[in-house]
Formats: sequence, C-alpha cells, structure tokens
Amino acid sequence: MRRIIDFTIEKIIFLCGILSIVFVVLIFGFLLKEGFAFFKDYNIVNFVSGKFWYPTSDPAQFGILSLIVGSLFVTVGATIIAVPLGVMSALYISEIAPKGVRDVLKSFVELMAAIPSVVIGFVGMVTLVPLVRTLFDLPTGLTAFSGSIMLAFMAMPTIVSISEDAIRSVPWSYKEGALALGATRWQMIRRIVLKAAMPGIIAAVMLGIGRVIGETMAVMMITGNAAHIPNTIFEPVRTMTATIAAEMGETVKGGLHYRALFAIGLVLFIITFIVNFIADLLLGKSKK
Amino acid sequence: MIKLNPKLSQKLSYVLLFCATCLVIVPVTVIIFIIVKNGASAITWEFLTSMPKDGMRGGGILPAILGTLSIVVCAISIALPIGVCAAIYLNEYAKDNLLTRIIKLAIVNLAGVPSVVYGLFGLGIFVMLLKLGVSIIAGALTLAIMELPVIITTARGALNSVPYSFREVSLSLGVSRWQTIQYIVLPNALPGILTGAILSIARISGETAPILFTAAAFYVPHLPRSVFDQVMALPYHLYIISTQIPGMPKNIIYGTALVLLMLVLSMSLVAIIARLYFRKHRKW
Repeated sequence: MRRIIDFTIEKIIFLCGILSIVFVVLIFGFLLKEGFAFFKDYNIVNFVSGKFWYPTSDPAQFGILSLIVGSLFVTVGATIIAVPLGVMSALYISEIAPKGVRDVLKSFVELMAAIPSVVIGFVGMVTLVPLVRTLFDLPTGLTAFSGSIMLAFMAMPTIVSISEDAIRSVPWSYKEGALALGATRWQMIRRIVLKAAMPGIIAAVMLGIGRVIGETMAVMMITGNAAHIPNTIFEPVRTMTATIAAEMGETVKGGLHYRALFAIGLVLFIITFIVNFIADLLLGKSKK
Repeated sequence: MIKLNPKLSQKLSYVLLFCATCLVIVPVTVIIFIIVKNGASAITWEFLTSMPKDGMRGGGILPAILGTLSIVVCAISIALPIGVCAAIYLNEYAKDNLLTRIIKLAIVNLAGVPSVVYGLFGLGIFVMLLKLGVSIIAGALTLAIMELPVIITTARGALNSVPYSFREVSLSLGVSRWQTIQYIVLPNALPGILTGAILSIARISGETAPILFTAAAFYVPHLPRSVFDQVMALPYHLYIISTQIPGMPKNIIYGTALVLLMLVLSMSLVAIIARLYFRKHRKW
C-alpha cells in the first residue's frame, strides 16, 4: 500500500516538475499560431519594417517599426540611468555598508520590487511629467525621457539584488589574497571583486533590461502613446507593450487587429527569451 | 593623469557609492511619502466599504478590494501546490540531466515573459479557447502561471537549505523517500516556502496587465458572486480613475493608490520580517 501511495505521489511531483516546460511551449505555441495566422494576411516584412501603425484605417496598416523604436528609446534610457546606480549601490550594500545597514538596505530593495507598476505610473504622471514639461519647456511632459526615469526605478531592484548576489559569491580567498598584497579595500573591490563578479553583474543588467522591455502599465501612463518615430528622447513614444494593453480591449476577437497584437506579443516573447537565455548562461558561468 | 593617493581615492569612491545608493533609495521613499501624505485624508471607513458613487468620482472601492482578493486567493491556491511540487521534484528527485536543464531553462524563461504577454496568453487560452469568459478564474489561472517560477525558485531555496544529513538519517532508518520528504524535509522548509508565498501574493495583488483582458472590468454594479464573474480589481481601478475619468478628484486617486500600496507593502514587509526571524531561530 505504502509503495502505491509513494509511486502515485512521485508521479504527480514529476508531472508538476515538467509543467513549466508545458507552459512555456503552450505560450510560445499559442503566440506562434495567432502570429502565423496574421502573417498569412499581412506581409511579415511590412509588419517589421513598416513605419505606420494605423490599425483602424482602411486599408489598415500594421507597421511596428515605430513601436520597436519606442520600446528601444525607453529601454536604452532606463538602462543608462539604472545600470550605474544599481551596480554602484550593489557594491555599497555588499562590500562597504556595515552589517545592520546592509540588512535594512536589502529589505528595502526587496520592498521596492513589490511596488505595483500602476502606482509608479500614477506618481510619475502627477509629479515627474509636469516637472519634465516645465523644466525642458516642452509641449507635453509625457515623453520617452519621463518613461525612462520611472522605468529605471522598476529595473533597479532586479539589478541591485542580482549584482549583490554575484558580488557576494566572489570567494573570500580572492579578497584575502588582494588585501595580503597590500591593496586598499577599494583597490581590492575595483580590481578583484568587480572583475570576478562581472558575468553575474552583466546577467543582472540583462534581467533588468528584460524587465524594462516587458513593463506595461507605467509606460502606458507616462510615455504619451504617440505611434511615430521620435527624433529625440523628449518626444512622446509608444511601446510594443503599451500598444497591446491599450488596444486589445477594442479589437474584434479573432480579427486581423487582434492577431496583429498577438504578433507583437510574439516579437516581445522572442526578445525577452533571448535576453533571459543570455543572462542565464552568464549566471551559470559566474557560479563556477 | 593625476595619481591619487590610494587612501584618498578609497574615500572618494566610498562617498560616490554611498551617493548612488541614496539616489536609489530616496526617490522611492519620496514616492511612498507623496502617496501617504495626499491619500491619507481620503481613507475613511465609508471609502473602503461602499460601492463606487457618482461615476466613481465619489469614492467607494469595496468591489475593487474584494475583486483583487478573490483573484489573488484563487491564483495562489492554484500556483502554490504546483510550484511546491515542482520544487520538490527539482530539489529532491531530479538528476543532473538534459530534462532537468530544460526544466530550469523553462522556469527562467517563464520568469522573463512580459506580464502583458501573459495577458494575451490568458485571453487566448482561458477566456476564448476554454470559454471561461472574462472572469475571476481566467485571471487567476493567468496570474498562477505567471507566479509559478517565483514560487518554484523560493520553495527550492527553502528545500535546499534543509541540511542533507537530515535526509540521510531518515533514509538510513528505512523510511521511504517520499516519507522523508513529507515528515522531515517539508516541515523544516515550511517557513521558507510560506514567506515566498506571501511575497508572491503581494506581487500579484499589484499586477494589472495580466488581468486587463482576463478578469478586470471597468465597473460592476455588484460584489463578486462566483469565480465566473467579471470583477473590478484594485490596480485596474487605479489605472482607470487616474487616466480615463475626467474631473476625478485627486484625493480619491491618491487614496486608492495608498490602499493598493499598503496592501502590497504590508504583506511584503510581513514576509521579509518573518524570514529574518526564521533565519535567526532555525534549528540548524
């Protein structure tokens, strides 16, 4: 009897174990199915390289180039802000801060990660957007720049906590060796710790970028949602995620527009898959 | 280039790193402060416990609170058992082979899929294909899949921290593998698993994009009655009142944001403190 129970339970556990694979395949398969149905009716080259996203005009145009550029602007902006700040504070938290301060800071960073993106979006709308408008004398504060700043804060917890792990997993013997040779603590941090932790830090940056690309609500509320190719970072942009979120409610289920949004979802899935795959490789490397 | 004295350059760099840390911490503190300061005046018993009034301009967020709670409770009761089982498989049974590597890659990938893509998936599979409609259950299933990688990862960490010798002793007494897991490993890993679960609950309470097309409604005139009901949800409600309704009184928006923020932060804080406590008081 015991054997039968054990056997069944172990089988159930195995099934749960492989369920993650099932879900990834299901998500990818589903996006592919709807995406391909779309590409049957709409040329894939026009989809990727078309400048105009006019889903409701006649004939409808589904060019996502401006959306890709929009996502790119916001992501690059947020990365430029978040990466130096994130890595520097990870260094501070793991190597310099006293133990008590370190625990408080780590808990704080974890709390930061929990703040919902609508809340970030709302606060950005009422504080940062008017500030950017008056500061740079723009017609509107809903710009890629404002979006980048708010998104930088959303990428920060990921970058800080994963870099911090990587920095802390640098073996003690490396540090002792450097200090024994007469290096100051800072020389040790800069030349030894930073170098040894680099693969993990790059992985942290990639995961942060992955989060920014996929961010939806805050971006939709702050970046202005104008589907055109911007010249500068001080213009409104529209990202791929915001397009899906804003337009899905108005589509005819199963129609061309509906499928076009799934095709954008497919593009997003592929981008984040690549980003996460590289990050995972780097993390594996840093553990060795 | 001027060569700085190593001691001086160390001092300068420490100051720089400290400033960077402040730049990360201070704005978030300011965000929380702004919401608390402007939202506190809106929070009254009536605000929390009545239906929306005056086309939502008069406050009243009870259906949104209950909607979010019902979605989250459903989601976690689906995700937690599956996630813990998957973690048990990975930590206790899986050999280091190709299948295990693929499972790990799948988990990493699931964790990286953008939330709005989960929304698309949930719409396609649960709402349309399985004909669940826009409902609590469709939204909960979507959120459950989204939260699965986080639950698996934290549960695995908790299982992994139970010393190997515990298992060896149990197995050497002739107890089966599953019994060892059931009576020795799981009880010792339980605090870690639970704190991970609370963090997950906090996180999904604030998610908007996955429930946008699977569960959330602009306005529902009654409280949720069954899992097949479309519901209002707190994060979606905040999105609507801050972008779609003209002439919305600001303090109502801040109040709603404050309720959502407090819900999420208090749960996270409980989990973080519980984890620190268990780490200090564990038996090994």
